[in-house]
Amino acid sequence: MLNFVIRRFAIAVPTLLVLITISFFLMQAAPGSPFTGERSLPPEILKNIEAKYHMDKPLYQQYFMYLGNLAKGDLGPSFKYRDYTVNDLLSQSFPVSLKIGSVAFLFTVLVGVTIGTTAALKQNTFLDYIIMALAMTGVVLPSFVIAPLLVLIFAITLQWLPAGGWQGGGWHFMVLPVVAMAIMYMASIARIQRSSMIEVLNSNYIRTARAKGLPWKTIILRHAMRPSLLPVVSYLGPAFVGIITGSVVVETVFGLPGIGQHFVNGALNRDYSLVLGLTIIIGTLTILFTAIVDILYAVIDPKIRYQ
Amino acid sequence: MTTMAPAADQKAAIENFAKDLELEIEGRSLWADARARFFRNRAAVTSLLVLAFIGLLVLIGPYLSQYQYDGIDWANMATPPSLENGHWFGTDALGRDLFVRTLLGGRISFMVGILGALVAVLIGTIYGATAGYLGGKVDMVMMRILEILQSFPFMFLVILLVTMFGRSIMLIFIAIGAVSWLSMARIVRGQTISLKGREFIEAARVCGTRPWDIIRGHIVPNVLGIVAVYASLLVPGMILFESFLSFLGLGVQEPMTSWGALVSEGANAMTVAVWQLAFPVAFLMITLFCFNYVGDGLRDALDPKDR
Repeated sequence: MLNFVIRRFAIAVPTLLVLITISFFLMQAAPGSPFTGERSLPPEILKNIEAKYHMDKPLYQQYFMYLGNLAKGDLGPSFKYRDYTVNDLLSQSFPVSLKIGSVAFLFTVLVGVTIGTTAALKQNTFLDYIIMALAMTGVVLPSFVIAPLLVLIFAITLQWLPAGGWQGGGWHFMVLPVVAMAIMYMASIARIQRSSMIEVLNSNYIRTARAKGLPWKTIILRHAMRPSLLPVVSYLGPAFVGIITGSVVVETVFGLPGIGQHFVNGALNRDYSLVLGLTIIIGTLTILFTAIVDILYAVIDPKIRYQ
Repeated sequence: MTTMAPAADQKAAIENFAKDLELEIEGRSLWADARARFFRNRAAVTSLLVLAFIGLLVLIGPYLSQYQYDGIDWANMATPPSLENGHWFGTDALGRDLFVRTLLGGRISFMVGILGALVAVLIGTIYGATAGYLGGKVDMVMMRILEILQSFPFMFLVILLVTMFGRSIMLIFIAIGAVSWLSMARIVRGQTISLKGREFIEAARVCGTRPWDIIRGHIVPNVLGIVAVYASLLVPGMILFESFLSFLGLGVQEPMTSWGALVSEGANAMTVAVWQLAFPVAFLMITLFCFNYVGDGLRDALDPKDR
């Protein structure tokens, strides 16, 4: 098991390095610099600015400097928000995104697994059909479609919940964003969980458990749940990436002060260092998370461990 | 002569019987079987018809309207749908015809979907078949590379690219091509490994056929069925990818449009002009829905695992 964990993280490290390297050199390959504007700067000033951002040094030196700073947790200055470093911007916005993202992720998994299991236990009943019809609709409801629709229905027409804003993160500011992020992946998880649960329930050892006369509840919770979760666990990685990605849109629609706004504005303002820093942060999170999911998978399924 | 007649009759009868027998034995090849199974699936067939209809509409629809996608109708700005003035889906805030714009957006979506599927099939098949067939160290290295690429947050890399190189549809095509083949390669590799042990591959190898010729001549044709299925399942994801970027304003550029961009515009105007949101959302959702159903139907019909 320890071997597996070590091997898995041994893959994660080069992955991260490749991501950082690709992102960094793409930035260098970009035509023009962030300082070329409508009004071209006098050469002396441009030189000073470039010196300040170490852009006058050879490329490899810049690369290692960036790596060195990164190791210290320093993402460098923002190119467009002049008096801020990328770290400043992130420390303001990241907690917001983290809060919404983790709530959305938990919500997705818990609700998805619950309704998927329910549908499987009530297979081919009216309840099952309703759940699956809803799930099929949910699968084609990406965050950027559902978010405006939720605002239209619950904020503008019914006026139950605020249409946006954060204000310190009260729960009613979080409901709509969380639902908007969660729905698509919740639907997918419900579908996956339903079919895997049905498969497990048809297997021999469940029949044996029933023949032994175990109560139905024990069979489901003790025998069926764990193996039926495997496909869902392998889907957690993509779901996590999807929810993070969706958060960019959701934060834009609801006007939340998370990292999503920096992503979009950074991209539109060509603020290289900001977008680079964000990509690296999110990349790290993603890579770490996929590694953790793989390990979790091995914990649940002994077959993987001994391969 | 009288003795000949029954003999001739007999012969004819036997021939007829043989013919019937042949017909019975023939007639149900693997593909015919799959086709029959697919056409029995009513949801999939309906979806296919709807998709064909949308495809046709997207292709010829813009020519049926009297308006251009970038033409401004100064007399009708943000007017609701009407048959009299020819704006069947209404107009946007600039007085551009939404019918034509929605269909043009659809062209982008279909193009992205088809192109992504093609790239996935091309690169994914070659990569997966090579890794699977050669096995050993080559396979290990190729799979590690795939793992590294798969845990990349590609959406963010694309945003990074857009930040640096500006917005263009080409960039989106490249990005979608880069992501789409990854899971395909995995599936093809798995199939190839199970094919590798079969007699006809061994026979080819004994004959001295070179590895590349075996991959091209024996492996690839045999995995093509499954490749087609999974390519069709990839399409909705790629359409979403493009819509997502366009929604953020990082995709296609004005005056050209796409469903994502239209949804974004519609979301901004939904309190006063709900039709601007309704039509693009409806088209996007129906298309995604149908692609999902067709993909599921194809998988059920062709995937040997489910048989």
